[in-house]
Amino acid sequence: MNIKKYFKVYKLFNYTSLSIELEYQVNIFIDLLTAIFGLSGSIFLLSIFFSNAKDIGGWSFEQALIIQAIYTILNGITNTWFSPNLTEIVKYIREGTLDFVLIKPIDSQFWVSFKRISPTGFIEILLGIIVLIYCFYINDITLKIDSLFLLLLTLGCSISILYSLWFLISTTTIWFVKTWNATEVLRSFLYVGRFPLNSFSFPLRVFFSTVIPITFITAIPSEVILGISTFWKIILEILVSSIFIIASRRFWIYALKFYSSASS
Amino acid sequence: MFNLTPNKIGTLLKTQYSNMMEYRVEIALWAISGVIPFFMLNIWTNNGLNESLNISNIMLSRYFLSAFFVRQFSVVWVVFTFEEDALLGRISPYLIQPIHPFFRYFAQHIAEQITRFPFALIIAIFFFIFNPESLWFPSIGTIFISLISTFFSFLIQFLIQSIIACFCFWTEKASSFEKLIFIPTLFLSGLLAPVESFPEFVKSWVYFTPFPYLIDFPARILSENNVNIFSGLCVQIIWIILFFIIFIKVWSQGSKKFTAMGL
Repeated sequence: MNIKKYFKVYKLFNYTSLSIELEYQVNIFIDLLTAIFGLSGSIFLLSIFFSNAKDIGGWSFEQALIIQAIYTILNGITNTWFSPNLTEIVKYIREGTLDFVLIKPIDSQFWVSFKRISPTGFIEILLGIIVLIYCFYINDITLKIDSLFLLLLTLGCSISILYSLWFLISTTTIWFVKTWNATEVLRSFLYVGRFPLNSFSFPLRVFFSTVIPITFITAIPSEVILGISTFWKIILEILVSSIFIIASRRFWIYALKFYSSASS
Repeated sequence: MFNLTPNKIGTLLKTQYSNMMEYRVEIALWAISGVIPFFMLNIWTNNGLNESLNISNIMLSRYFLSAFFVRQFSVVWVVFTFEEDALLGRISPYLIQPIHPFFRYFAQHIAEQITRFPFALIIAIFFFIFNPESLWFPSIGTIFISLISTFFSFLIQFLIQSIIACFCFWTEKASSFEKLIFIPTLFLSGLLAPVESFPEFVKSWVYFTPFPYLIDFPARILSENNVNIFSGLCVQIIWIILFFIIFIKVWSQGSKKFTAMGL
């Protein structure tokens, strides 16, 4: 595998998709407004919860805001890199254009996962970082080098899990043809990642940590920031994320065996 | 101007229904993706957040189940279909047909709701298996009125989205407007928290917007929480008339600007 070639191709991907997106400049402005309203809506909802109780699942409002910030950053990453590409997979398969991807002298998973980039998620990432810095301030947290390293590590793992979840579901399109809505199911389940896991009842907590590992995605990085995460949890997250990455790769190669082109 | 005959309506509905039946799995998945109200209910009851609001756990769970149902039957996606049709040039043949193109989309939505009904019912049955104490059977009258108000809610959202869809004539990509409108719909309609629980400074103005009448109002009727049915329905009708007038204006302006694409 020629890493240099992949970098070069990736740069070209970014260039082309950015120039497509920048054609619709009004859209970028509207997306900015959407991101701001979306975040304030979530904080509004959180404030309703906390106006009726002092803490939710053992988290105070200031601490729950950290989860919100992490969620916003990860959602921005999803909107920038994952969802534009992986919803495109559905189109490739339905229209049979995956043929053209498969015959290219480049890894097909790389192509379908990194072809598009949507700059609108950057706004969310930025907003999330701003809220996170504000959280450091109101929670009196000073991040040391080692916990910063752990934070970046766990965030990296969360991103890998997110990518794999999206990619696994999109891959099933090869059998079901139209799974655009399956990604909607994932999106709605990921929605609960905005809230502390302990605020749910026990059966749901089990569901959210085994069937769909939402807890790993937002909870562990937030706990790392608060300094209440335990060592085994971080190890577990690294383990889970590597299993997910390997599974998504294996599943893609396996699914391609069943790909029978359309309309050609 | 609409040129509708019962015959046309029947044919439109029949073709769209068979079209929707082809994508049963997709619609089932879509029904599942609407389960967020149940997660919210879990947060509310598990943390005792409703104690200060004077709503019992049972009433709250009925409210959220009703909110789920109202949402299931008022989901609108016309802007996305219209945008795709506009970008691919499929609008041109629709425009020369002797029927308003939006009737086609309207029939699609109705057909999709009929297809969706059994799946929503299955989810409700699962809900009652997990929460048997909240089981209730609303009277025929309640069901009828909540059906009407849900349909009105659907109409309001359909008209709003159709207005947004008409922006396609100017900008080609109108779905980002829809994403913007969706945010207040999500947070102010009562899907995630009953409007009753909103802080005073929001409650003072939120009833002047259409949002509480989209989910909260029909859900309160269905779940038999106390609500002023007559005034609520009146407000819904006012919004429908208002958005209908705007839609007609925007459509007549926009279709003049239309330049065929893709063909």
